[in-house]
Amino acid sequence: MGKELQVAALESGTAIDHIPSDQLFKVVGLLRLQDLKNRITIGNNLGSRKMGTKGIIKISDKFFEEDEINRIALVAPKVKLNIIKNYEVVEKKRVTLPNIVIGIVKCNNPKCITNNEPMKTRFDVIDKDKVILQCHYCEIKINKEDIILSKGK
Amino acid sequence: MKPKSLVNIDDYDKDDIMRIIDTACKFKKNPNRQLLKGKVCAALFFEPSTRTRLSFETAISRLEGRIVGFSDTATSSATKGESLKDTIMMVSNYTDLIIMRHHLEGSARYASEVSPIPIINAGDGSNQHPTQTMLDIFSIYETQKTLQNLTITIVGDLKYGRAVHSLIEGLSHFEPTFNFVAPEELKIPEKHKVFCDKKSIKYREFTEFSLESINDTDILYMTRVQRERFTDLMEYEKVKNIYILKNDMLKNSRDNLKILHPLPRVKEISQDVDENPKAYYFEQARNGIYARQAVICDLLGIEVNS
Ligand SMILES: [Zn+2]
Repeated sequence: MGKELQVAALESGTAIDHIPSDQLFKVVGLLRLQDLKNRITIGNNLGSRKMGTKGIIKISDKFFEEDEINRIALVAPKVKLNIIKNYEVVEKKRVTLPNIVIGIVKCNNPKCITNNEPMKTRFDVIDKDKVILQCHYCEIKINKEDIILSKGK
Repeated sequence: MKPKSLVNIDDYDKDDIMRIIDTACKFKKNPNRQLLKGKVCAALFFEPSTRTRLSFETAISRLEGRIVGFSDTATSSATKGESLKDTIMMVSNYTDLIIMRHHLEGSARYASEVSPIPIINAGDGSNQHPTQTMLDIFSIYETQKTLQNLTITIVGDLKYGRAVHSLIEGLSHFEPTFNFVAPEELKIPEKHKVFCDKKSIKYREFTEFSLESINDTDILYMTRVQRERFTDLMEYEKVKNIYILKNDMLKNSRDNLKILHPLPRVKEISQDVDENPKAYYFEQARNGIYARQAVICDLLGIEVNS
């Protein structure tokens, strides 16, 4: 019971659980939650037996499209999604990295065309477990720890 | 399906490579044809490269095509702040094919995505230069009469050399064996070795330019060792005179051995090698004309008779 009360209950919507605390605000950015008018509850640095601390985000009346929510696998591949309707968890999901990541990661190569032209970046995910991306344009590889999210919309 | 543009050497599969070689052989027999009559090709050299531009211009001129374009950014629209996309869209309205060289990596890939007409990448930064690879492979085929099961020794700067990586990729369809000969600081990057392992390609690494690596090889591919590539100049001083091919080193080499070099050479092939019939680098440069003629006609869907 005490566990449930860490963040207020959700009547309907999506709860994203087990977010590493240091990735929470990246997840917020990746899902562009700042642009939503829905009721959103964000909890961070909550106790977790497995993770030490964790973050939780609950968004009322919001059900994400697959490729929208899968973006967060870039920074938090182990999150758990709970789809809630009528106070009940109707579906539990995990996120999986898509094969192609468009527009949300910045290429780390300053000589890449994507950093010099008004255009969307595009990466092929060449290793889903280790999270290694390859720029579709300049072909450099980017490891998980070097991933920089792009700022633009 | 045949590729619409040539951006990267891996846009070509084995059949594509063999088809281009076959066509290049026809052009070598007769490079002067009227196949591009009435066609206009754009040569957009956002970054100047006299050598590559001359080769393309010769290839097109000998087929009676016309060329428009520019060869430095000072006069081009890019300096006025026009995006690459806008330049490509404009030029593709005027011409039948775009040949482009650009200092930004991935520029040709992007151009090929926005352009309704074929793009040939004539170099995008340190990334790709596929027609160089095609002329290398054509030269190898021509001198060995096959591409299958050859031993290729690549010497010099294997770390930064753009030609090297593409050559490995292009030859990967033909079960090659590679000898990688490079000083410690310019050793072949791990990712190329991973690529070879994945394709079950045999290779050996040498840090000394020894006779052992020369004597059992079919192709000796020399590249420049440039001073500015070294972080440790002591190391450069040590190796600069070691990675030089001299004629007497070829004494026990195979009869079919040919020496290639993407040019320009600085000091890595001694002048006395030029007289050796195994020296093939000038002929290799000439082959660039035929390989480029073949690529251009292939992309434009122009049939080439023998
Ligand atoms: Zn890039």
